[in-house]
Amino acid sequence: MNDAMLPLITETVLACLPFYPLISFVLLISFGKHLSWRVAAGLSVGAMVFSALSSLFVIQQLSIDVPVITSHLWTWFTLAEEVNQTTTSINIKFYLDGLSAVMISVVTGIGLLIHIFAAAYMKEDENFSRFMAYMNLFIVAMLILVLADNLVLLYLGWEGVGLCSFLLIGFWYHEKANVMAARKAFIVTRVGDTAMAIGLFMLFKELGQLTIVDITQSAQTLWTTGDDKAYWIALLLLGGAVGKSAQLPLQTWLPDAMAGPTPVSALIHAATMVTAGVYLIARMNSVFLLAPQVMTYVAWLGAATLILAGIAALAQSDIKRVLAYSTMSQIGYMMLSLGAGAFSAGVFHLMTHAFFKALLFLTAGAIILALHHQQNLFKMGGLLKRLPFETALFAVGLVCLIALPGSSGFFSKEAIIAQLWSSNTAGPLLWTCAIFGALLTSIYSCRLFFLAFMGESRFEQSLQPSSSKLVKYSLIALAVLSLVGGMFGNIIETSLAQVFPLVTRSALNEPNWLHSVAIATPFVGIIFSWFYFASYRSKDSAGLNKNIFIESTSGLANFCRQGLGFDCLYHWLLVKPYCSLAKLNRRDIFDQLIMLNAWYVALLHDVLKSSQTGKLRWYAAAIGLATFLLLLVLSVDVISTEAS
Amino acid sequence: MSITLLMCGLLFGGALAWFLEGVKAQSARWVSLLTVLVIGGYFAIALNATAYDFSTLQLLVRVAWISSFHIEYALALDYLSIVLILLTLFLALICVLVSWQEINDKVGFYYFNLLTSIAGIIGVFTAVDMFLFFFFWEVMLLPITALIAIWGHENRHFAAIKFFIFTQLSSLLMLVAIISMSFIHYQQVGQLSFFYQDWLTLDLPLSISQYLMLGFFIAFAVKLPSVPVHSWLPDAHTQAPTAGSVLLAGVLLKTGAYGLIRFVLQLFPQASVNFAPVAATLGVVSILYGAKMAFAQQDLKRLVAYSSISHMGFVMLALFSFNAIAYQGAVLTLVAHGLSSAALFALAGMIYSRIHSRDLNHMGGFWLNTPRMGGFALAFSAAAFGLPGLANFVAEFLSLVGAYQRYPILTILAAFGLIGSAIYGMVLFQGVFHGKCQVKQQAVNDLSSRELLVFSSLLALLIFIGFYPNSILGFFQSDSIIIAINNTVGVSK
Amino acid sequence: MIAIPLSHILILASILFVIGFIGVITRKNTLFILMSLEVMLNAVGVAFIGAGSAWQQADGQVMFILILTLAAAEVALGLALLIQMQRRFKSLDIDNLSKLKG
Repeated sequence: MNDAMLPLITETVLACLPFYPLISFVLLISFGKHLSWRVAAGLSVGAMVFSALSSLFVIQQLSIDVPVITSHLWTWFTLAEEVNQTTTSINIKFYLDGLSAVMISVVTGIGLLIHIFAAAYMKEDENFSRFMAYMNLFIVAMLILVLADNLVLLYLGWEGVGLCSFLLIGFWYHEKANVMAARKAFIVTRVGDTAMAIGLFMLFKELGQLTIVDITQSAQTLWTTGDDKAYWIALLLLGGAVGKSAQLPLQTWLPDAMAGPTPVSALIHAATMVTAGVYLIARMNSVFLLAPQVMTYVAWLGAATLILAGIAALAQSDIKRVLAYSTMSQIGYMMLSLGAGAFSAGVFHLMTHAFFKALLFLTAGAIILALHHQQNLFKMGGLLKRLPFETALFAVGLVCLIALPGSSGFFSKEAIIAQLWSSNTAGPLLWTCAIFGALLTSIYSCRLFFLAFMGESRFEQSLQPSSSKLVKYSLIALAVLSLVGGMFGNIIETSLAQVFPLVTRSALNEPNWLHSVAIATPFVGIIFSWFYFASYRSKDSAGLNKNIFIESTSGLANFCRQGLGFDCLYHWLLVKPYCSLAKLNRRDIFDQLIMLNAWYVALLHDVLKSSQTGKLRWYAAAIGLATFLLLLVLSVDVISTEAS
Repeated sequence: MSITLLMCGLLFGGALAWFLEGVKAQSARWVSLLTVLVIGGYFAIALNATAYDFSTLQLLVRVAWISSFHIEYALALDYLSIVLILLTLFLALICVLVSWQEINDKVGFYYFNLLTSIAGIIGVFTAVDMFLFFFFWEVMLLPITALIAIWGHENRHFAAIKFFIFTQLSSLLMLVAIISMSFIHYQQVGQLSFFYQDWLTLDLPLSISQYLMLGFFIAFAVKLPSVPVHSWLPDAHTQAPTAGSVLLAGVLLKTGAYGLIRFVLQLFPQASVNFAPVAATLGVVSILYGAKMAFAQQDLKRLVAYSSISHMGFVMLALFSFNAIAYQGAVLTLVAHGLSSAALFALAGMIYSRIHSRDLNHMGGFWLNTPRMGGFALAFSAAAFGLPGLANFVAEFLSLVGAYQRYPILTILAAFGLIGSAIYGMVLFQGVFHGKCQVKQQAVNDLSSRELLVFSSLLALLIFIGFYPNSILGFFQSDSIIIAINNTVGVSK
Repeated sequence: MIAIPLSHILILASILFVIGFIGVITRKNTLFILMSLEVMLNAVGVAFIGAGSAWQQADGQVMFILILTLAAAEVALGLALLIQMQRRFKSLDIDNLSKLKG
């Protein structure tokens, strides 16, 4: 009996999984003002615990025999396709396989830890319950995104996380800068979303399907590799992914998004939402594999982003912006990996990155709080002695980021780099880019570490390290995950093996020095930084001012700090013309044209009005003159007829 | 079921409110509220009780009116008109509630006008005698003009006259077309007829039908409205009292769309197919132009007004794609936009009643004191920019998916409207609720319970339809109109 | 009896009519305008009488009597208005009464 009941229970658990945080959201948003901190925090974290436990349970049920669990809630709407006379139902239906299992474990697991951290971190904020409500809503949307059975439901989650991201970036809405950052994030990602929406229209027209499984099937039967339609659809979906994952050319919103509270940066702008683009491409791998050209674009976009973001990270002075650019760069790795056809390596890196980047952001948040909201690296220094606990955690995060052997980042990044050289859609050139990116990563990480934690203390006020146990426990848990996350590699490999098809590799001979180079690169970067940034870790702060990368106004450093000029370019190319066009035509040209008629009538009115003088004698004279003229015409007429 | 009773009830309630105002001041409000509730309840009960199958047009009444011209009093219903009448009655309730405290001058006459125009609108949605249709078309306009001209804002006379001239001029074209159709009936059958179903059987040569189609099309395009004949709308919406704006955006614009579906597409299928590329292009231009203009506005109500133009562009594009999916999308857009724009206009009215300004420059930072209003405003602007989970998303998605089957390039252009709508949605929401507060905080109170009722009922409906659109779309799966449209496409092939 | 040719009568009537008309449009004083109007009416009367005798019909004289009564009524009304005008505006200048201008 138990065996018979199990699938039903599993299905129910899966169906309820995303909705616990929704209940918490509704309660918090309705009664938030009246709840104490304890209740509000308990509610939001409790909902996360429920979701996390449910996802643990459903993931347990996945096995070789049961590769997929689905749960159908209700039919959203139906699309009647005319050409084939078929109807497609768009369902509210959840679909759990290896890939979405990885995603929900990341979202609920990391989400739970960040919720715990945030409950303590935001305790003093007067809008605490609103903050937790938004975080809960975000989790709901994110879970729907990764569990969606069809692309329309996925789009629902996709837009939902965008809205939550917007709300949380603009959480402290009194500051103009935060408001503008929120607006920018929403609109820039919306550009990508629009591309994705067009991709959906095209998919439906070509295949008559929007359910992911059906798309996979019919794409493989209807199209051959290199098909034109597959090319365009993959390109449009890539547009959506690029917007959400802050890749070139839609990456400009992410650094500004750091205006939000730090737990938001950790949860949304590092661990989960920004990786949605990676998830989308991995999910739609069937379409992408039919368009090898787009796969190459994906790889090149990833490579370009990872190098550009690495360079930009080198010049930042704000600790959170360094981490933001580092996130972009790491997602660049994931994209590169997807482009090379190494889907599971990309997803693996997605997971390990979520561990260590959440750790880095949260630790940075703890440090920022201790420093009275000081985020400038050049105002820190010497924190090694003053905040040893935070320093140790941050160091763990950086080790993973640099990918030193043994850390989780090492396993996932090496897995990516190892597959690049002989991939059909990547190749040696992209491998070089990845290695160069790894070098950059270790350099900017060292720069960050030296500036913040070593050298002389440049922060005069006394520190206020958080004493909350919640903060400590969640950080330690994340640190442990970051260190041992590499162990999950095999589990993920096996669970994803059923999701992703095997990608054939070219028979290119791999030189045997590839691995040694990949492993050695981070060390090269560290040694280089040790000497190049010597002044940062010296006790003498006078030397700090000599270095060119310090808040200097030198052209190159400034250019890098501004994110390599993309903001400026878009400002002049798109924002400015749109605004000035709007301003120019504020009074509506069509209205002006139509009101021209009214103006013309008014003019005629004025002309006729002037003839009405009110003077009786004028009227008499006009009558007389008119009679005279009439008679004249008549007589001329009579005379002429008589003459003829 | 008797639609006549519905209209007479509304007229009687309005007249009673007007009369009772002199007896006791508050009574006009209660009488009209009760009237709308009773009428709405009656309609719902009567709908449940009937045995008709409304998937095709069901004739309810047909009696002679002016027999020398064979003009009849004929009313009919199908699901399209039922959905629109339900929307009208629901928004009538909202209208009565939002003007509860706003209107203090000539209250009784105000409610008389409001209820009369609603009666006229119901007539428009049900009349199947074209002369009667034209009669109701005029009946609904006059009270609304009065609403704008008497209870409007600072520039009300100009706006009222502009609205009146636009609609009168365009309906003149329709009148000409109606009379010509009747004469064509005389030529072919030997007897004048204004009856809609008689006209469906006429055999019209394309050379004539394309001009007649244009006559109807222009009248409805002005009402919809579509660029370039939209410019009455921003003025009328901005200057009208809150309930007037709600009624204009929520229902009156839908009469244009209704006319397109019922008359243009079905009476002149071939002519509409030929004309479709032009109409679809107009729709796309409306989407993009409306979104751009909305972004440029400083006046909150003007912004919402231009966003309506943008949304109605989706309807135009979808209707002229002759596709079942797009048609469903268009119908759903009518409902969704009716609810969401009504909510946004109600919001503008509530803000106006607090700070006596519609200028976005005077707003900002309201969230601090009005978190509830802010939350609702966020949801309604999210509906305006098509956030999935709210009704507008399903509507726009269906419209665009359907339209893409026929006009890929135009639909891709129309999809850029999604970006435009995000931009003006941001300007709307953030301009009012984010940033630093500009005015004295004490002046801005959070929602009263009456306002809370208005907003939560609107939002609940938007979310319900957003997640369960089949509650409406279910009626249109086997709809005769879809079959007719499919046949039309068959003609074109 | 020598018959006066009709054309002479009509020329006389026209001259009288024109004189009256010129009086109407050139005089500012309302009293003189009324008198000029009388001249015009009489001009028409002369034309009717002349035409009546030329055609040997009584209609012309009938019309003249009609005009005469009409003129009497008109003068009565006109003078009454004139007095009112003098009372209200303290002037008989017709140009002062231009309230109906656009």
